[in-house]
Amino acid sequence: MLSVVVFLPLAVGLVLLVLPRPRDGTVAWTWVAAAALDLALVIGLWVYHPSASGSRGTVTGPLAYEERVLWIPSVGASYHVGVDGFSLPLMAMTAVLFLACAVYSLRRRGGRVRAHAVLFLFLQTVSLGLFSALDLLLFFVFFDLSIVGMYFVIAGWGHGNPARSALQFFLYTFLGSLALLLGFIGLYVASDPRTFDMVELAGQTPLEGRGPAGGLVLLAIGVGLAVKTPTVPFHTWLPPAHTDAPAVGSVILAGVLLKMGTYGFVRIAMPILPGAWSDHAMVLVVVGVASVLYGALVALAQTDFKRMVAYTSVNHMGYIILGLGAAGLATGAQSGAAALAITGGITQMVSHGLLTGALFLLAGVLHDRADTYDMGSYGGLAARAPRFAALAAVAFFGSLGLPGLSGFIAEFQIFAGSLGPVPVATALALLGILVTAALFLRALRRLFLGGPGPCTDRVGDLSARESAAIAPLLALAVLIGLLPHFLLGRVEPAARALAALVTG
Amino acid sequence: MESVDPLTLLPELILALAAVGALLFGSWTPRRRQGRVRLCVTAALLAALAATLVAAATGTGSDSGGHTVDTATHAVRVVVLVGVLATVLLAADTFAAHPRESEFHVLLLLAALGTMALAGASDLLVLAAAYLLASIPLYALVGFAKDSPGTEAALKFYLLGALSGILLLTGATLLLGAGGTTGYAGLADALPGAPRALVAAGVIAVLAGLLFKAGGVPVHFWVPDVAEGAPAPVAAFVTTVPKIGALAALYRWGDQVLAGAAPDWALPAALLAAASMTLGNLGAFLQTDARRLLGYSTVSQVGYLLMAVAAVGGRADLVQPGLLFYLGAYTAANLGAFAVVCALRARTLEDHAGLFRDHPWLALSLVVCLLGLVGTPPTAVFVGKLALFTAALEADLGWLMVLAAVNTVASLFYYLRWILPLFRASGEPPEERERSEPPGRWSTGVAVTAAAASLGMGIAAGPVLGLL
Repeated sequence: MLSVVVFLPLAVGLVLLVLPRPRDGTVAWTWVAAAALDLALVIGLWVYHPSASGSRGTVTGPLAYEERVLWIPSVGASYHVGVDGFSLPLMAMTAVLFLACAVYSLRRRGGRVRAHAVLFLFLQTVSLGLFSALDLLLFFVFFDLSIVGMYFVIAGWGHGNPARSALQFFLYTFLGSLALLLGFIGLYVASDPRTFDMVELAGQTPLEGRGPAGGLVLLAIGVGLAVKTPTVPFHTWLPPAHTDAPAVGSVILAGVLLKMGTYGFVRIAMPILPGAWSDHAMVLVVVGVASVLYGALVALAQTDFKRMVAYTSVNHMGYIILGLGAAGLATGAQSGAAALAITGGITQMVSHGLLTGALFLLAGVLHDRADTYDMGSYGGLAARAPRFAALAAVAFFGSLGLPGLSGFIAEFQIFAGSLGPVPVATALALLGILVTAALFLRALRRLFLGGPGPCTDRVGDLSARESAAIAPLLALAVLIGLLPHFLLGRVEPAARALAALVTG
Repeated sequence: MESVDPLTLLPELILALAAVGALLFGSWTPRRRQGRVRLCVTAALLAALAATLVAAATGTGSDSGGHTVDTATHAVRVVVLVGVLATVLLAADTFAAHPRESEFHVLLLLAALGTMALAGASDLLVLAAAYLLASIPLYALVGFAKDSPGTEAALKFYLLGALSGILLLTGATLLLGAGGTTGYAGLADALPGAPRALVAAGVIAVLAGLLFKAGGVPVHFWVPDVAEGAPAPVAAFVTTVPKIGALAALYRWGDQVLAGAAPDWALPAALLAAASMTLGNLGAFLQTDARRLLGYSTVSQVGYLLMAVAAVGGRADLVQPGLLFYLGAYTAANLGAFAVVCALRARTLEDHAGLFRDHPWLALSLVVCLLGLVGTPPTAVFVGKLALFTAALEADLGWLMVLAAVNTVASLFYYLRWILPLFRASGEPPEERERSEPPGRWSTGVAVTAAAASLGMGIAAGPVLGLL
């Protein structure tokens, strides 16, 4: 069942590829149908997920829909997938974002519609596969393929200087992925019996108490994931990649691909190296706070709308790293706080995916109309494009953490969970919220209020297609903000199990 | 030396007979109808492949003291035969109706025979004979077109090859003097007690010969010139197939003789591996000629493969299957990339601009093969690299593993320089593009098949590794 969910998009993509000269409309609607069907299947997984029963299948919490087929027996690698409270919300968010991209791309012009659709269907399989992988090698396969797929999206459909940005993106993140691979090989060599299976490794915790080896492996895995996340100082590939990527490419890059880094921390680094994680958690806290403050301050200085959103991603990912690091520093008595911080981190991943997805689609709307992201060229858009302005305002306020929207739920939990273990760092990170609020309010004023800029009269309001792509993302953000329990109820059991591990 | 059951050498015998047969048959066939020879050669290759598969499936093996037939030999035979088959098909576009077509096939078969013998050799004299058989036909093949780049490449190849051959024979003589025998088993017993300087000189000289065949640093200078100057199918063959035999021979030599006899063997081998992968990459960085780039990339691939030779002291159950799997994966990816070059008759990277729009399947095959050479999952080279990285770490060569990973990232840069233009609109006006020749049919087929094989071997890595 889970494999069907993962590979359905790829199968549809292959069918599209062998069809003899399909019409553009057929391709676009097939893509929408495939993404919608996959979302329906993920919702099915969600509804029938047995986590409510609370059977503790493994050390990292209950797993559902497990499938395991030996892949390369001689190195103990298998095709092992399964779903728990961490992966399910991310899979759901992935399916939602890909559907939004499919809807947004319904009226694509300029040829190569089929290649575009097939590439995104491929990326959807890769992303869903990564979030359900329970084997290090399988995880790595999907991790690398996501880089390859996104490279072609940027290089093939980007604007500005896409070849250069795509190359920089590929080289930078590929370097990260090889650091990750070295870390995985280190774990494999230390395990006994030899295996790449995450569940077995989490049971063995092979590098516990083995001195510097655990730290080195954590360093390799941490660098690999930090490049992907990205955190300061590994974030320099992100702004050019986003600026030159097409709108839907940015949505997937920021919404889904960045989460692969933070998800890797939760899924691999923390359960398999809990001791090393606790020992070196202070480094992560510092990196997290640095990302929060640096990302916010640099975003404040941007005049390019898309670049600004890209830097706020660095800021938002910083909160997650802060929360996960704080969970590692929590003492046994603070395990409740650690669980809260981890839950907040997962919620932030989902919330950031939805809100940033919406923001990048809105940026794409602007670029489609007037060919520029420069905020100074616009002004007074609220009068000309009221629906655009309303949706953008919701996304802005959600992103800066206004109560009632998903960002608040996520950040509140992270801060509440981190305050006990790392009070000073948390206080510093709170300043990040202040800066983000300032920059979003300023962007709001520049774009929507005041007198019209040189490009204002080229911007018409959202079409039905664009609204249909963007509005559901924001509706979900509001839903999580008002009724978070449907999400938190899935995440919390797994977060408690993980918190017990790293604080133990 | 015990008597050898000729049946265990059936694939080699078929190749030898086919070479002689093709020569005779070609001489009696009109020059314009030499396509028949190609058919016969293909049939002989398929027969040899079938014989190998039967022998491997029934577990037939032998060890005559001079030539060993074991899993490694079987695997090398399969890869070499498939590689030659692919070359014959590639050449069908280039050399069809060429007046000397049957000579081409004869030389190809003899070189393949030498390569297979190289992999099975377990005696220095057999090794030297196999080395010559695998080298001399190639000198002629490289200069086959009788044009000036080909002649230059052939001369360079020949001079370096002759020097390495002399070194190999000198090494064999020195080791005979030191150990009193040329058989691997006897040398492994005798060398630890022999004078160290003599052994070291002999080992280095033998190594130089084999490294030349493999195209590894420091005797790699012929590789880019041959890749650029030889006719494209020959370049595909020379940069791919002989390496298979040479690396299998290097592994056997390291595993059976040196691992026990020379305790400090791992470090020089690791240094050679490191030098090959690094210098090969540095050479490839700024190339604008596609074939020259591939030539340098094969030098760096040899570096990764040499990691297996350096890690012979580690876990044997992973090193040898890993090496053999990597050899197969490398053959598929490299031949696939060369097949695209053959199909398009393009020279520079820029000539490939707009390929995705004109010939999407060729472009996709090239992307799969080049990313396969990088080692992107799920292509087969990824599994090979994974096995060798793990083997290196287990043999306490962590630094070599890190260096190989860094080199892998560096190599991505030049492969992407080739991939990127594929998706760009080409600079030429459309009329001019339509006038250019259509891509070769056979080469296109080989490219697509090789790309599919590269992916298929990666996904089915478990069963394949289980056989090795």
